[in-house]
Amino acid sequence: MDHMDTDTQFAQNIQINMISASKLQAMSTMDKIRLILDDVTSGRIVILERGLDPREEAQLIEHTMLKIRDTAFYGIEIQSYARENKPSPWSILRRNGDNRVTVIGPANRLKTVKKEKDVISAVIS
Amino acid sequence: MALLAELKDSLSSWLGHVFRKKASRIGIYGPPNAGKTTLANKVLMDFTGETIGAVSNIPHETRRVRRREGVMIKGEGYSVTLDIIDTPGLATKIDFHDFMSFGMTEEEAKRRAKEATEGVIEAIKWMDNLDGVLLVMDSTEDPYTQVNVTVIGNMEARRLPMLIVANKMDLPGASSDRIKGAFPQHTVVPISALNGKNIGLLYETIASRFG
Repeated sequence: MDHMDTDTQFAQNIQINMISASKLQAMSTMDKIRLILDDVTSGRIVILERGLDPREEAQLIEHTMLKIRDTAFYGIEIQSYARENKPSPWSILRRNGDNRVTVIGPANRLKTVKKEKDVISAVIS
Repeated sequence: MALLAELKDSLSSWLGHVFRKKASRIGIYGPPNAGKTTLANKVLMDFTGETIGAVSNIPHETRRVRRREGVMIKGEGYSVTLDIIDTPGLATKIDFHDFMSFGMTEEEAKRRAKEATEGVIEAIKWMDNLDGVLLVMDSTEDPYTQVNVTVIGNMEARRLPMLIVANKMDLPGASSDRIKGAFPQHTVVPISALNGKNIGLLYETIASRFG
């Protein structure tokens, strides 16, 4: 295998970072957003064991927009199941997030193929 | 007698001014190309004879929040006064190449993309200043998008009233049942903002929900 083949093969590797619920619980909203966007803008996929709360999701979208430039980063793909219960203000104040596994990746690498209430199909390229 | 009538009118006007209920500030939210501005135009045309913004099949046509105050929506047995906020489409990704496929130059596409990102930020910031939301969805599309989930989650967390408008029911393949199945805890009103189908039902539901 020559040098070019090795590079091509390496370029196809995709790093996935799985973040535990306990680590997320100890982080502020801005720390979570920074961690997610640092990973995603570097081409990595992030899996959160516990999802963001609605206000955090809105802030993540807001900060994603600030990162979009003419170059390679066009935004994020973020997928989790629909919430079954309304989040209480108390759970938001306690920064509980919610118990939905959430997958976030760069929009040019993570594509959702199909999403239903209980099943999400996505491809990573 | 005329003086008495004048005094009565003045008193009535003063009382009306003092005790007038503040108009509810209602944001029209949703993903790009769901028909938000088409709906805002329909509402305004029906009750004020004006429109609020241009519509286009190119995504992110609305890139700044537009506001119209004191719009009275009324029909048989209902009436409500609203401040209507038409917002840019919310998205988690904006790729200028998508605009080039509509025939834009690279420069135009990049400018539109930049303005669209600013519009998304502005729309999100407005969520803190609303009394309720009309969440507009394209009934031909998958409703389980992150944008829909995020808007609904934010309204629920703020305990604000919300109506889901299942738009584009005039198109083949449209299904409001798919939207009702995705978000069963919310009222879904199927309409076509373009041809006015079911718009009376929407006005009545708006009055009962936001009045």
